[in-house]
Amino acid sequence: MPDVAAYDPLGVAGTWRRRRAKLVVYVLLGLFALYYVVPLAIVVLNSFRSLPDFSRNGLISLPHSFSLEYWSLAWSKFCVGGTCKGIEPFFYNSVAMVVPATIISTAIGSLNGYVLSKWRFTGSEILFGLMTLGVFMPGQMVLLPWARVLGLLGLSNTIAGLVLIHCVQGLSFTTLFCRNYYVNIPDDLIKAARIDGAGFWRIFRKIVLPLSPPILIVTVIWQFTNIWNEFLFAVIFSSGTNQPITAALVALSSGGMAVHQYGIESAAVLMAALPPLLVYLFGGRYFLRGLTQGAIK
Amino acid sequence: MASLTIRNLNKSFGSVAVLKGIDLEVKTGEFVVLVGPSGCGKSTLLAMIAGLESVSSGEIRIGDRVVNGVPPKDRDIAMVFQSYALYPTMTVRANITFGMESRGVPKQARAEALARVAGLLQIESLLGRKPSQLSGGQRQRVAMGRALVRDPALFLFDEPLSNLDAKLRVEMRTEIKKLYQRLNKTTIYVTHDQVEAMTLASRIAVMHQGRLQQFAEPRTVYDRPANMFVAGFMGSPSMNFLPAQIAVSGPAAVVLAESEGQAMRLPLPDKVVASAGEGRRVVLGIRPENLTRYDRGRTEEKPYLGTIQAPVEVVEPTGAETITIVRIGSREVIACFEPDAAPAVGETVTLAVDMAKACLFDPETEMLI
Amino acid sequence: MTFGFVSGAPNQSRPLRERLTAIMPQLVLGPSLLASFIYVFVFSGWTIWISLSNSTILPDYSIAGFHQYVELWSNERWRIAYTNLFLFSSLYVVGTTAIGLFLAILIDQRIRAEALWRTIYLYPLAVSFIVTGTVWRWLLSPSTGIESLVHQLGWTSFKFDWLVNREMAIYTVVITGIWQASGFVMALFLAGLRSVDPDLIKAAQIDGASMPRIYRRIILPAIGPIFVAVLVVLLQSAIKIFDLVIALTGGGPGIATTVPSIYVYDLIFQRGQMAEGAAAAMMILFALSLVLVPYMIWSNWRQRREAGRA
Repeated sequence: MPDVAAYDPLGVAGTWRRRRAKLVVYVLLGLFALYYVVPLAIVVLNSFRSLPDFSRNGLISLPHSFSLEYWSLAWSKFCVGGTCKGIEPFFYNSVAMVVPATIISTAIGSLNGYVLSKWRFTGSEILFGLMTLGVFMPGQMVLLPWARVLGLLGLSNTIAGLVLIHCVQGLSFTTLFCRNYYVNIPDDLIKAARIDGAGFWRIFRKIVLPLSPPILIVTVIWQFTNIWNEFLFAVIFSSGTNQPITAALVALSSGGMAVHQYGIESAAVLMAALPPLLVYLFGGRYFLRGLTQGAIK
Repeated sequence: MASLTIRNLNKSFGSVAVLKGIDLEVKTGEFVVLVGPSGCGKSTLLAMIAGLESVSSGEIRIGDRVVNGVPPKDRDIAMVFQSYALYPTMTVRANITFGMESRGVPKQARAEALARVAGLLQIESLLGRKPSQLSGGQRQRVAMGRALVRDPALFLFDEPLSNLDAKLRVEMRTEIKKLYQRLNKTTIYVTHDQVEAMTLASRIAVMHQGRLQQFAEPRTVYDRPANMFVAGFMGSPSMNFLPAQIAVSGPAAVVLAESEGQAMRLPLPDKVVASAGEGRRVVLGIRPENLTRYDRGRTEEKPYLGTIQAPVEVVEPTGAETITIVRIGSREVIACFEPDAAPAVGETVTLAVDMAKACLFDPETEMLI
Repeated sequence: MTFGFVSGAPNQSRPLRERLTAIMPQLVLGPSLLASFIYVFVFSGWTIWISLSNSTILPDYSIAGFHQYVELWSNERWRIAYTNLFLFSSLYVVGTTAIGLFLAILIDQRIRAEALWRTIYLYPLAVSFIVTGTVWRWLLSPSTGIESLVHQLGWTSFKFDWLVNREMAIYTVVITGIWQASGFVMALFLAGLRSVDPDLIKAAQIDGASMPRIYRRIILPAIGPIFVAVLVVLLQSAIKIFDLVIALTGGGPGIATTVPSIYVYDLIFQRGQMAEGAAAAMMILFALSLVLVPYMIWSNWRQRREAGRA
């Protein structure tokens, strides 16, 4: 799949018309870009502004003050739901939840994908379909059962419980992605390896795994982003200082009575959004490539 | 009036020059083949004629009209693509009439043109099908139908047979030739296959690295190639090249460079020696079919027939002839033997060399002398 | 080396190690299969069971019939929820597809700095619905957001109070949802546009078709399957929408923007009506299957047709 258009739709008209048409295209692109960028820009600017600045000039205006203190306040001093330690503990909760869940679900998903694409046995296609069904389950349907399961395992209201939930749910996605990707590895490679005497694990380690980085990047980015940004389970299956950052955010910005500390809240929101954003900025290109190759099926 | 005139055409992509100084004049009704190896610029040239690529410098005229900035639809051309480019979501009928629809041709005229073309190409039964339901040969005919229905001044073909298997390729080649003989439309045909070029063209334009190497009739390109590239590219198996020197003394002849003491003199026409110059180092080009078995009793006495003795290394029977690879000096030389006269490996044969058909090239410039 | 039988003929039964190796694939897949099975079937089964019971705060496993469903459908709030869902889904899907396609076509015009534009349109994908909802809530709230800005600029009679307006609040959810998802749709369409054979375009240009005509009759039909995929993805995310609404409007003002998933949450956790909540969750699943089952059948049929032709 080429990265750039192979033809130039505007390219064969006369030069003057072509330039004018391209100008229109850029203007339109710019206008739309505003729709997407302005909210982010406003929040970023707001995270540096003081409270009096807000009361005088409203939420959407050019900064009339500048201070970096709101960021550090948001991080370590802000009061959220009873404790005044900033969002730092919640941030680390999220990290403690996302990293293991991503790694485990990716690893197992990759193994599953390997089995389902290269070691087919009777009924493996049906089983694959079954596993993929998990992708479509709405959160609300599994809320209560999970609560029971976590209770039985003694994992209620722990990060470990959330890790378990995200692993199991993530398995469906990661298996789906990996299997669709591994299907494209020529079967002849596997046959040659088996003739050479390699077995299940050896083939995985020496042949399949080295070919996996593109899809592993996709799965890791997908899982990281989705689990970090997830809210429903985060808010139900944890409480107090155990909550991941998405739950803390809601508590933070809907604090009813008190005057809204917009500067601090903006900084907090940005810090919550930052990890997936950074992942996307640096890995986005690979993610897109891998995703669109698999999704158009 | 020429149908297509190209004057000093250049094309660069950024700093890479893809076409250099192309001059070409195509007469009305001619079938011109642009042939050359991959990357020689032939497809780019075709795209520029079609108006799909812009001109860096130079002039393209269709008829007597300069068409440099003119969009493709206004150039009165039609094109058949290598991949046929049939619109996959439309029926054959819609594919053929799409262009007329876009140009606003009234319904009645469209139907007439469609019927005419469908009859000509015998695709009436396919009109309701979609491209995915057609075989390779059928798709090719539909693509040609789409081009024919325009009745343009210029037909452009971009390697239309490359996607077909060998047998189908030969069949379709003949069909294209028959169609051309019937309609006599000016055609520019791009291919990398020199056999297609030889069989279809009224004139061949050989291209290499962005330059036009030779533009002449097939016979001329084959017998008197302009340089070593053309000589080696046209003809299969390809021409043999042997370093040699024109004899300084004795009857007009050329002496092969790696004679190893043994005399390997081959006779030449006097006027060739006169124009080339005695003692001059040359490269002797001789085609395999001009190297046959020397048989004192039975070989025709041609003028300028030389003989060489050489050991046989490989024998490749093709059915119609037997390709024999012999060793002359340090080089492998390809010769063509009758199947009945085929030698055995290791045998030393005497070759009859038809020097009337030989070509001499300058070793530095690689041009024909 | 091998833990097999030693006595008599060693060929009588395969050693344990070999047998293990032979079923290694199944062994590896086993735990995941078990987990998925439980997750998909047992959990759904449990929810179905509960939806047929009288559970309130705690589960009660005696079957009481379908009356929870009747309760559900006769409830005003539920009707608001699924009306909102229809409204939101249709606008969301149409709006996101249209904008995503439009942006993809714009970017396909061989412009410069393409990576920059793509990044700008796509980054909302990486942002949590909660963050999106919070930020847009700030922007759209009349007291602090756009309305207040325009007032400050002098146009004091400007009104943009959709967020707190019962009739209009759902449209703020639409605007925000489109903001979040259109980049992703754009990426899918862009990949599709790029996969169209360029020779088709050249042939159409020679045939004399204008660019809009080429898009309409050749390019867009060629990427038909992508439209379907986009539709399915968007519809199912619309049906499940929860986080965005919570952060943007909290379901309000009042219950004006409540959606089925919020209602489920409410029933189970705020009002202690577990069985009715389970019934509502089943309705969500039902809506999802209305979208997914036809898609899977269609996709299967298509695959079989392609394979048959190849």
